[in-house]
Order: sequence, then C-alpha cells, then structure tokens
Amino acid sequence: MLLRNREELRKARSVYAESLEKQRLKILVCAGTGCMAGGSPAIRDRLLALLRERNIACAVTLEKEPHGADVGIKQSGCHGFCEMGPLLRFEPQGWLYIRVTPDDCEEIVEKTVVNGEHIPRLAYRADAGVFERQDDIPFYRKQTRLVLEHCGQIDATSIEEYLAVGGYSAFEKALFEMSGDAIIDEVSRAALRGRGGGGFPTGRKWMQVKRQKATPKYLVCNGDEGDPGAFMDRSIMEGDPHRMLEGMMIAGFAAGASEGYIYVRAEYPTAVQRLRVAIRQACDFGLLGDNILGSGFDFGIRINRGAGAFVCGEGSALTASIEGKRGMPRVKPPRTVEQGLFAKPTVLNNVETFANVPQIILRGSDWYTGIGTKNSPGTKAFALTGNIVNTGLIEVPMGTTLGEVIFDIGGGIRGDAGFKAVQIGGPSGGCLTGEHLTLPLDFDSLKKVGAMVGSGGLVVMDDRTCMVEVARFFMNFTQNESCGKCVPCREGTKRMLAVLEGIVSGNGREGDIELLLELADTVSATALCGLGKAAASPVVSTVKYFREEYEEHIRNKRCPAGTCQKLKRLRIDPALCKGCSLCVKTCPAGAVTGEKKQPHTLNTDLCLRCGACIPVCRFHAVVEE
Amino acid sequence: MNREFDYSVVDGIIDGNGRKISSVISILQDIQEHYRYLPREIFPYLADAVAVSEARIYSVATFYENFSLEPKGLYVVKVCDGTACHVRRSIPILNRLRSDLGLSERKVTTDDLLFTLETVSCLGACGLAPVLTVNDKVYPAVTPDKASQLVKSLREEATHAAA
Repeated sequence: MLLRNREELRKARSVYAESLEKQRLKILVCAGTGCMAGGSPAIRDRLLALLRERNIACAVTLEKEPHGADVGIKQSGCHGFCEMGPLLRFEPQGWLYIRVTPDDCEEIVEKTVVNGEHIPRLAYRADAGVFERQDDIPFYRKQTRLVLEHCGQIDATSIEEYLAVGGYSAFEKALFEMSGDAIIDEVSRAALRGRGGGGFPTGRKWMQVKRQKATPKYLVCNGDEGDPGAFMDRSIMEGDPHRMLEGMMIAGFAAGASEGYIYVRAEYPTAVQRLRVAIRQACDFGLLGDNILGSGFDFGIRINRGAGAFVCGEGSALTASIEGKRGMPRVKPPRTVEQGLFAKPTVLNNVETFANVPQIILRGSDWYTGIGTKNSPGTKAFALTGNIVNTGLIEVPMGTTLGEVIFDIGGGIRGDAGFKAVQIGGPSGGCLTGEHLTLPLDFDSLKKVGAMVGSGGLVVMDDRTCMVEVARFFMNFTQNESCGKCVPCREGTKRMLAVLEGIVSGNGREGDIELLLELADTVSATALCGLGKAAASPVVSTVKYFREEYEEHIRNKRCPAGTCQKLKRLRIDPALCKGCSLCVKTCPAGAVTGEKKQPHTLNTDLCLRCGACIPVCRFHAVVEE
Repeated sequence: MNREFDYSVVDGIIDGNGRKISSVISILQDIQEHYRYLPREIFPYLADAVAVSEARIYSVATFYENFSLEPKGLYVVKVCDGTACHVRRSIPILNRLRSDLGLSERKVTTDDLLFTLETVSCLGACGLAPVLTVNDKVYPAVTPDKASQLVKSLREEATHAAA
C-alpha cells in the first residue's frame, strides 16, 4: 500500500490500530534467535494448525479492513528472557508461558485460547510462587524497556503492527514539522551518546556531517556487533527492525543524506532477513524511496553483509568493507564525518543509537534527560551472560548499579559458586569486581575504573573462573582478529598472547607481569585504531584486580581457581583406590606405580597432567587439585 | 580463463549484484553460497568483470574469515567459542567433534566432503550457551554427547539422501 502523503500515513495507522484492537487474544510467539533455536517455529505452526482445526478465526497479518479476527498469532522479537525460552506471551492479559513445547499447544488452545484460563504449569516460578504476568517477574520489574519496548510486544515482521502502535510518527513529525537543525538540536539537548562503545555525542556528529559542503552525504548503521557475549543490536534488528529504520531515516533527513547502509554481521542471518523484509515493506508503503510522503525527501537503505572480520566494527574498516575492500582501518584524520564512505561525509552510528532516536523526537529531550544520569541520559541494553541465573537481554536506565543488574535482574550466580567478576565491554573492555557492585553503569563512571560500556556485553564469572585464562582468552580473540595493518597491534598482541599462554601452562617467569604491562602500554599508545588501542585492556584490568592470581601461577605454578589444565595436580586417594592397576596401564608417562590390590601412588614429577587416568578409574580415586 | 568451468552461474551472480568494485564482497558471498567455497577459476573472471586486478580480488577473499578457497563440507558445523560459550565449556565439544570426525585445527574438512568443522567467535546466541550451528541452524545448550549424536544423525541423513 503506497502512502502518498501525511494524511494517508495517519489513516493507515488508525486502520491498523483498529485491526489490532479487534483481536480478542494476541499470542506472541518469541521469534528471537534463542527461542527459534529452542523450537518456537514448530510451536507457532502447531498453534496455527490447532486453531484452524477448531475453526477459530486467526490472523497472522493485520487486515486493512478490520473484520475482527478472533486470535492474532505473531512472531515477536526477543523477549530477553532467553534462559526460559521458548516463550509465549498473551495479550491483553500479559501472561507469559515459559519453556513451551509443541506438545503443550493442545492444552494451550483448549484452556487459554478457548476458555481464557491461565495454565500455572507453564508460568514462571520463583521462591515467591507462580508469576502469571510477565511484567511482575523480577527479571522484568527492574527494567526500563524503551529501545526494546516492542521486542516481544508486536510482530517483528510486520510494518502494519509497527504502524498500529504509532510507528513512523517520529519520522512524520521530523519530516513535516522540524528542520534538520531543529532535529539535531533536539538530539543534542537529549545528550544522546553513541551506544556502540565510545559514547560520542550523536547530535554533534550529525551537525558535523550536515556542515560539510561535499555531496552526496551518506548514512551508515553499524550492525557489526562482534564482541563475544553481546547480542543487543541483534535483538533490535531482529525484534524491532522498523524502529531502527525510522531512526536512520530521521538522521538521514537531519544530516542531509539520501543513502543509507546497514552493515550486518554474516553470523546474524535472521537479522539480515528481517531487515530485508522491513526495508521492502517500507519501500512498498512509500516510507523509503523518492519524494517520501510528498515531502520532497528521498532516502534509500541498503544492506551489506559482513564476511567475518571483527575489525569491521571499527568505523573506517567498516566503510572500507562496504566499498568492497579489505576491512582495514586507516589513519585519522580525516574523520568519518569528513571523509567516510566513498570519501564523502558520513554519519556512522550503531543500531541501538538509531533505535533511541524516534522517541527523543516524539517525546522530546526534556523527557529523555529525565531518564538515566546527567551525563549519560537514557537507557542501555545489556546482554547478560556467563555464570548467571537469568541469561538474557535487559535494558536499564543508565546509572543502574552493577549489583542491581547482576543480583536483582540477573538473579545472581548459577549454582553454589560465588560472584567473582564481570567482564564488560568485550575484548576492549575490562573487568569489574565485588568492590564495584555499587558502581553506577554509565559512560563516565566506567571509564574512571578502567572499563567501558562498550557495546553492552556483561559476562558474569563465578569464583571458579581463572582470570589469567580469561585474559588469555580475550588476547587470543584479539590476536586472531587483528587485521595486521599496524605493527603494534599485529606483533604486540602476539607477544602478549605468548606470555599469557606461558603463564597458564606453568611456564610463567618472574617479570612476566611487568613485561605484559609494558607491552600493553606500548600497544595502546601506538596502535592505529581503537581496537588495537584497547586490545590490552582485559590484561591491564585483570592484572590490576587479580595480580595475586597471576603471581600464584608464575611463582607456585598453581591455578587458584583450579581451571588451568596444565597446572592441575593429580593425586590418588588411597582410601578409594582398590589397586586394580588400570591407571598404570593407561598412564603414558609411567607416573603411577603400586602393587596389585594395594593403593597406588602417582609421582607428580613424572605426571604430564593429561588426565587420562581419571575416566578409567572406576572408583573415582584419581583426584584433581 | 578455464574453458572447462561453467561461468553461467557466476555471470548471473555478477549481474545480480552489479559490475562494480563495491559489489565484490557480495558477489564472493553469493559464489561461496553456491559452490560452498571460492573456486580458483572465478578470480580472473571476476577481476575482468569489475575491472580490477586479480590480486585485489584475492586480497579481499583471503582477508575475510567467511571465505574459503578450499571446498567445504555439505554440513558446516560451527562451534561457538565466544566468551559466554567458553565459560560454559565449549572446548570439550570441539574436541569431541574433532575426534569423532578425525579432524584437527589444521584439517577442517572430512575427506568425503561431508563435514567442515570450524569455530566462531560469537554467534550472539549467548543465552543458549554453549551453542553450535550446522549450516546456520542453531543448536542450543550442546554437550559433547549431544554433539556426537547430532553428527551421527546428520551422517545418516546424508547417506539416506544419497540412497
């Protein structure tokens, strides 16, 4: 349906709103990557089949002329509570069913759809009892979902539903009631800062591009979310693609760009597919293309898929990759706002930043600055992963403390282990420890303690995690992903990795820590791009907070967390050993000796710590310590 | 140009993406999708089509991790070793699959071209850690035993399809 002017857009919005309103019951089947892997498409198919069997009128798309379909079945974006998936939400009740299987569908249709009954068996349970409504669950109660407000609430593949809940109102307002300067002014007063990690003021960036004389100007959305342990942007692209497109359109209009690009990781096929659908829908509705809604503004958006290079998350590498080149950063200046894509002025923001824009335009900067902290207004989405009870995607006001996120929302540490640290900001970030539980999570507070918001990955680690191994893991990642253009990063990460590998395998030497810090200093001072400069952050931060763990590895060849395989010591428990001598036959080093039917002994000097004796012992007499 | 090679597929892909330098990556992606790797024959042909040097195409193809100059297996298994999967023990899964399939860090594809085993830095499905994917389908909360079982059933599926 091509919308030719503002009135037609408004009309369409009210028609779809009415159509949505008339659905007596809405079933939102989570179609985030998590729940889809857990089998949510099969649940949706089963529900549809059962409803058809019973002749219950159900709609999978919103009708142009509302007849009042009884039940609406929707593929929603990620609800965030991935740990409990596949998830099913019912509107208007607000009920949430967890860990649903196709076998549950019969009962769901019978009880919930036909009789309107709640099924307690499928609801979330905690110590306090059964939680019927999604919003009452502790995981959700402490969150403020602005950017993610539609994720899990509307169909992620439908522009009609997005319009029905007021979609593209902000774009409409920007297009017909505001000038480019006024938009930029509003975003600047809202003090929106880049959600990709750096926290650069978004309004200032747009203004710098607008002021450039060169044409054409480009707009690029960075969806190359490469940090291990981060999936906020993925959930936005998959769960509410139109909101991000709307933000891009507003930015394009404000900065005077007519072409937009979205660069998405190749590892996110669902996001690519949903964005393709969303762009096609926006074109069909006349919200993208030439002379949009008769305003005279032309704008188009294309998708570029990444090809598996972490460094392409860096601005100049990303634009090089769109140009069809090797994705390697270049020396700056000139900056991206001056000479970005195809050497033209370019607005480059990440997914979450664009997704923040529509509400700022619609509700104003005064409203926005009322959320979060003074210098970091608004909310931030975080991906909560690792050794935590409630893995998932959350959104909280900036300035929420680390403790609230981990214990109140995340539900604390898995199992009976204790909290040790949180790795924040991925391979460029640092770790936070018990002393930071009261630290507010915002751009400036985190910077002060040597960490960063980064893209928003929070990997929680319990006290069985070895911090030296964590540093090695990140260095291995960065070393693999180093593009090799500048020597400090290419060689420096290699050297740091070699030292760290030595330490975790028991070959650490006195002076290694100092060597690591010296290398870290040099690399961060001299590397070409932000990724290289921050490559050593995990090392510096783990040394800062867990220096004694490094020292224990180096001096006593012992891993306090007991995870470094090469530093494990094996021993035979004489009380359990029956002297069957199976371990003697298995040991490649001849380290186990003893007479038959007598408890054996293991010579730790000969032991290779390969662990081959552990599974062969039927009496569990080989102990690791 | 290799006369034996059928360039009609490549022609279609080039036309679909546009004969320009900025399309090189998407062209290579489509070619790889079709052949499951980048056949050597396409390099001079593609260089000619978008008017750049063969070296330039080669430099792009070797920079990005997703491109492979070696044929890949029918099933590309990617074990996620992102932070979240790593702390939930993804390495034992990788080791089990390597031993099941007779593969190693160097040798990633089985001789019968049925399986390619790779690691990936993060699939963004951390809530389901540890995960692996087979041709982009995500398998959640994998254990070494589940992984062995999966490979076994994929092999049966392939034999079945062949028969």
